[in-house]
Amino acid sequence: MPKCKNSQTLPSHFGLVSRRDFLKFCGVAAAAMGLPLSMGAKIAEAVAALKRPPVIWLSGQECTGCTETLLRSTHPTVESLILDLISLDYHEALSTPSGHLAEEAKKKAIAANKGKFILVVEGAIPMKDNGIYCQIGGRTMLDILKETAPLAMGIVAIGSCASWGGIPSSGPNPTGAVGAAEALGGKFKVINIPGCPPNPYNFLSTVLYILTFKKLPDLDNQGRPRFAYRRLIHEGCERRPHFDAGRFALEYDDEGHRRGWCLYKLGCKGPETYNNCPAILFGNVGARSWPVGTGCPCFGCSEKGVGFTAPIAAQASLVHFSTTGTPFKGEERVGGGRLCLTPPQTFPPIHPPEGHGPSAATVGVLSGLTGVALGAGAITATKLGKKETESDDKAGKE
Amino acid sequence: MGLSRRDFLKVAAGGSLVAASSFSPAPLLARESKARLPEAVGILYDATVCIGCKACMAACKEYNHLPPDHSTPGSVWDNPLDLSAKTYNIVKLYKNGTGQTKDQAINGYSFIRRFCMHCVDPACVSACPVSALTKDSTTGVVKYDKGACIGCRYCQIACPYNVPKFQWDQAFPQIKKCQLCDHRIAQGGYSACCEFCPNGASIFGNVQDLRKEARRRLALKPGEVAHYPLHRVDSQDVRHRIVTPYLNHIFGEREGGGTQVLMLANVPFQDLGLPPLPDESAASQSETLMHSLYKGMIAPYVLLGGLFYLVYKNTTKQDLP
Repeated sequence: MPKCKNSQTLPSHFGLVSRRDFLKFCGVAAAAMGLPLSMGAKIAEAVAALKRPPVIWLSGQECTGCTETLLRSTHPTVESLILDLISLDYHEALSTPSGHLAEEAKKKAIAANKGKFILVVEGAIPMKDNGIYCQIGGRTMLDILKETAPLAMGIVAIGSCASWGGIPSSGPNPTGAVGAAEALGGKFKVINIPGCPPNPYNFLSTVLYILTFKKLPDLDNQGRPRFAYRRLIHEGCERRPHFDAGRFALEYDDEGHRRGWCLYKLGCKGPETYNNCPAILFGNVGARSWPVGTGCPCFGCSEKGVGFTAPIAAQASLVHFSTTGTPFKGEERVGGGRLCLTPPQTFPPIHPPEGHGPSAATVGVLSGLTGVALGAGAITATKLGKKETESDDKAGKE
Repeated sequence: MGLSRRDFLKVAAGGSLVAASSFSPAPLLARESKARLPEAVGILYDATVCIGCKACMAACKEYNHLPPDHSTPGSVWDNPLDLSAKTYNIVKLYKNGTGQTKDQAINGYSFIRRFCMHCVDPACVSACPVSALTKDSTTGVVKYDKGACIGCRYCQIACPYNVPKFQWDQAFPQIKKCQLCDHRIAQGGYSACCEFCPNGASIFGNVQDLRKEARRRLALKPGEVAHYPLHRVDSQDVRHRIVTPYLNHIFGEREGGGTQVLMLANVPFQDLGLPPLPDESAASQSETLMHSLYKGMIAPYVLLGGLFYLVYKNTTKQDLP
C-alpha cells in the first residue's frame, strides 16, 4: 500500500476500524473503479480528512436489499467501516428513532447540510394517482423526492428499482412505478447504480469518487458509472471460453452443468446485461462468488428491459457484433464506452485463406532442372540414334 | 508421303463411324439426374435461426470420435478454419461492412453451417473408380468404405462443395466426411448435430417433410410469431420465435440435381460460400458424355482399327520381322 500521510492515525470517528483495514478498503474501492492502486491513498486521505459526508437515504417501493448488500460489503468490521465513512443522517431501516422522531431528524439534517449532503434513493417511485401507493409519514414518496432533490449535492439511485423501476415496474405495473431520474422529470443529474442488489463496491466507489475528485464519475447514456457498467457480463465471464467453444449446459445438473460449461442455453442474460459482476464478485469470499459462478444463469437484474421483464428461461439475443479492437460507431463506444460484442470472435471466414503457391525462386530452380533434364534427354536420344545408325552401317559393312 | 484417294475414303468412313456412334445415339444414352429416394433422410439448416453456438460442431466431434483441429493460427482450442479430415461439420461466419445486423447482406452477418450435402446424384460417387463412395439405397446417405478406397482423391475434385477431405497426416490415409451419423441412424438415433442444436436451426427428418417445412418457413411473414420444431422435423418439442425475413430460395432443392441437406438464409447463398450450380447434376452430365463415347466400345475399336491401318500402311515390308 502506498504511503498515506494524513491517515497515519485515523480520525476518532472511525472507531474500531484499524488503519490497515481502512487502507485495504480504499485500495479495493480504487481497484473497483479501475484506478491505479496509488489512488487508494488519495481516496484514504480525502476520506480521512473529511468530515463524514452526510447522506440522506430515501426509501420508496423497495425491499431493503440494497441496504442489506451495503451492510455486507467486505471483511469484518464492515458495518462500522461503511457507517463510519458516511454519516447516515436519515435511513428508515437503520435509524434508531422511528416515526415523528426520525422525520424530525431528517428535517434537521437537511437544514444543516443544505447543498452538501448526498441524496440516495432506494426503491421505485409510484407515479399513478399522484403517487399515493407509497407514503411515508403521510406524504407521498414523489413529494418527498421532489422536495429533497434540489437541496442535495448529488443524487444517487441505488438498485434497479430506483434506477429504472425494477420489480415494481414490471408488467402490468399497477402503481406506475418509475426510477428516480424519471420521477424527477429529468431535471436532475442522477447517478444510477442498478442491480438487484447492486454490488456495494459500485455504490461505495461512486461515493468515494465524488468525495475524492469533487466531480461525478464518467457516466454512460443511462447514467451509470462507466467504471462499473462499461462491459457486458458475457465479456468478462469465466465461462466465456465454453461459449466460444460451443460447450453448453443444456439442463440443470446435466454433464455440462456439472462441468461448469456456459449457461447461455439455460437463459443466461450475460450477453445483454452490462455489469462488472464477473470482475469484482460478491461478498469477498473468493472465486465463483457470483450468480453465474455458482451455476445459476445471469438473470439480467441490472439491465432495463431484461431483468424482471424477459422470461427467465428465454435465451438472450445476440444482436450486436463487432470485431475486437475496432471502434464501434453505431452504438456508443468512445475510448472505453459501451462495448458491443457477443458471438464468439473466432468463426472461420466463408473462404479460408489459401496457400500462396510456389515462390519465384522455386519456380526458377524447378524449371531450370526440368530444362537440364529435357536437354540431356534430347542429346541422349540423338546420340542413341547415331550409334544405332553407326552400328547399322557397321553391320552393313560386315 | 501422300495420302491416296482410297486411304482418304477409308479414314473418312472410319471417322464418320466414330462420330456417328458418339453423337447419334446420345439422346438414348443421356442419363437423367437421379430422382429423390422416398425414404431419404436429411437435414434442414436455417441460418436465420442459427445463433452460431457451435454446439453442432462439438456434438459432431464427440459422436464421430474426431480429434481437435488447431488449423486457426494461434488457436489453443479446437478451432478449425475449414472442413478437414478432423472436422466434418463447421459453422462459418459471413460478415459485411460493420457487421451489425444478423442475417443481412449489407453491413450484416450470417452464420452458415457447412458439411456434406448428401447430393441426390452425388458427383463423388460417380467419380469414384472403385465404389468406395456409395449412396445408400434407402436413406440416401453418401457412405465411404475405407477397404475399397485406393486414395486417388477423385472425389475431392468431383465434389462441387469441397467436402471430402483427405488424411494428409496419416500413413494409411482415408477420405473423411460427414456420413449423417449413419452409425447412430442404424441404432435408431439421428444426426448428433440436430440432436444437440438448441435452437432448432438444424433439424433432421425425411427430406420430403423437410422440404414442406422449408416451404412453410418461406411462407411465414416476418414479425409474426411462429413455431419452429427442435431437433427433428416431426418433433412435438417446438420453440416459438419471431420470424425474421428469408431469401425466397431453398438451397439444395434443385442445385446440382438436388441435395438431401436443405438450407435457408437471408443472405445470398453465393456469399455464404455455396456455389451456383445448374439444375442437372454434374454426375449426369459427365456420365452421359462417358457412356456415349464408350457405348458398346464401338468408337474405341473403330479408332484403334483406323490407327492400326495407318501404321500398317506406313510400314514397309522390309520393316516387318
